[in-house]
Amino acid sequence: MSTTSEPTAKALRPPAPPRGWSSERLMGWGFVGLWIVLGLALVTYLFSAWNPELFAKYAPSYLSGLRVTLTLVAISTVLGAVLSLPICYARMSKNRVLNAISFGYVYFFRGTPLLAQTFLIYYGFGSFRPQLEAIGLWSFFREAWYCAVFAFALNTAAYQAEILRGAIESVGKGQWEAASALGLSKLQTLYKVVLPQALIVALRPYGNEIILMIKGSAIVAIITVYDLMGETRRAFSRTFDFQTYLWAALLYLSLVETLRHFIDWIERRITRHLHR
Amino acid sequence: MQSVWALLSFGPEGWGDDLAHGVLVTVSLALVTLPLGLLIGYLIALAKQSSEPSMRLAGNIYTTIFRGLPELLTLFLVFYGAQIGIQQLVRLVRPDAVVEINSFVAGMIALGAVFSSYASEVLLSAFRAIPRGQYEGGYSIGLSQRQTMRLVILPQLIRIALPGLSNLWLILLKETALVSAVGLTDIVRQSSIAARVTKHAFMFFGVACLIYLALAIISSFGINAIERWVGKREAQR
Repeated sequence: MSTTSEPTAKALRPPAPPRGWSSERLMGWGFVGLWIVLGLALVTYLFSAWNPELFAKYAPSYLSGLRVTLTLVAISTVLGAVLSLPICYARMSKNRVLNAISFGYVYFFRGTPLLAQTFLIYYGFGSFRPQLEAIGLWSFFREAWYCAVFAFALNTAAYQAEILRGAIESVGKGQWEAASALGLSKLQTLYKVVLPQALIVALRPYGNEIILMIKGSAIVAIITVYDLMGETRRAFSRTFDFQTYLWAALLYLSLVETLRHFIDWIERRITRHLHR
Repeated sequence: MQSVWALLSFGPEGWGDDLAHGVLVTVSLALVTLPLGLLIGYLIALAKQSSEPSMRLAGNIYTTIFRGLPELLTLFLVFYGAQIGIQQLVRLVRPDAVVEINSFVAGMIALGAVFSSYASEVLLSAFRAIPRGQYEGGYSIGLSQRQTMRLVILPQLIRIALPGLSNLWLILLKETALVSAVGLTDIVRQSSIAARVTKHAFMFFGVACLIYLALAIISSFGINAIERWVGKREAQR
């Protein structure tokens, strides 16, 4: 019989087409060059404008501002997470009244600017000073810091409730039915079956929400809370030195980028079982 | 004490006309920013889906910067940065010139930069949802690259990206509130002034929130109409 087929000639891969300097490539490197020039300009500006006196005076206040920003975001995110649980429950319940109330809450806080909400609470609640004094809450709403935390917690609760609802609804109905067939109670199903799957879906939106909170927290500077943005505005109004804003931009950018990469890392870790 | 309706009425006594002016400023700022942001966002998305790595790098740097900075800080950077920069340029010619940047233009540039970086992500994922065969099909029937983009890709791109873009429009509408911090007389600033003068802070900021809600509801009607229109054109094929 015939012999096994022998390769008569070694199959050679055709050579890769030469990568010339197409107009697209030229333009791309032009843009990258533009960014490099801008970055170098920023570095030289910060270097030439370097002022040890200014740095010694304002670096501590920037650090304290950064601490205030982080504290504000941490407290209001945690409070918002706690508050989002009943809202999410009401949003998913079959009760008409609960549903309507939670829908109205979420719609209001997602449909109006955070700045307007903060003003409504900080300046607006001042209209009810006698009533608030009567029930002893005035010392709370008098402070810009507490008002900011309160407004931010209410705002993020609305967003987090929607994130949680979306994540729970993304888990198939069959999971609930299977768990109930196994004799698990509703609560057990939620904790042991649904939430572990839902939280994988929810991780990225939660991370985005925290990043949005960090960026949104800059507006508390307008109601005289000295967070990073507030300290920056104070430093700028005293020195009229533009580098104050650039330092704040670098701080915010590195904060957000660090957080984003951290969330990416967590997501890679908790979805290891899904990758092959 | 004046009644609520007297305070909100139009005329010299009431604040209705001031608030209406604020609504006009907010809406026109958002409407002017939208095409600017969409155009830049489209170009950035094109750069980010290009086969050329340097293009992608340049686009990604843009997105990283403007998505990472707080919107308020971007606004201040543009407002004061442009003011100082242009002033120094002008002083080379005329040493005693004082330059004032229009806060509307500063708001438009800053919000446009933020909007475009988010829009580029939406458009990029829409680009990725269009199969390669569409480009190849366009090539095989003899369309030029530009024609393929205009006649084949863009109509599909708009339909896929529409939900994401309408979300961004609602976010943009809310972000315009920030320009009140650089002195533009939008809804929030007008109601701040009214609140300071009349001492009815809760009512005026409540009204401001309700106006934003009304704008969001009107926009969602508009968005639904556009979605129906785009969907109908699809059904006719």
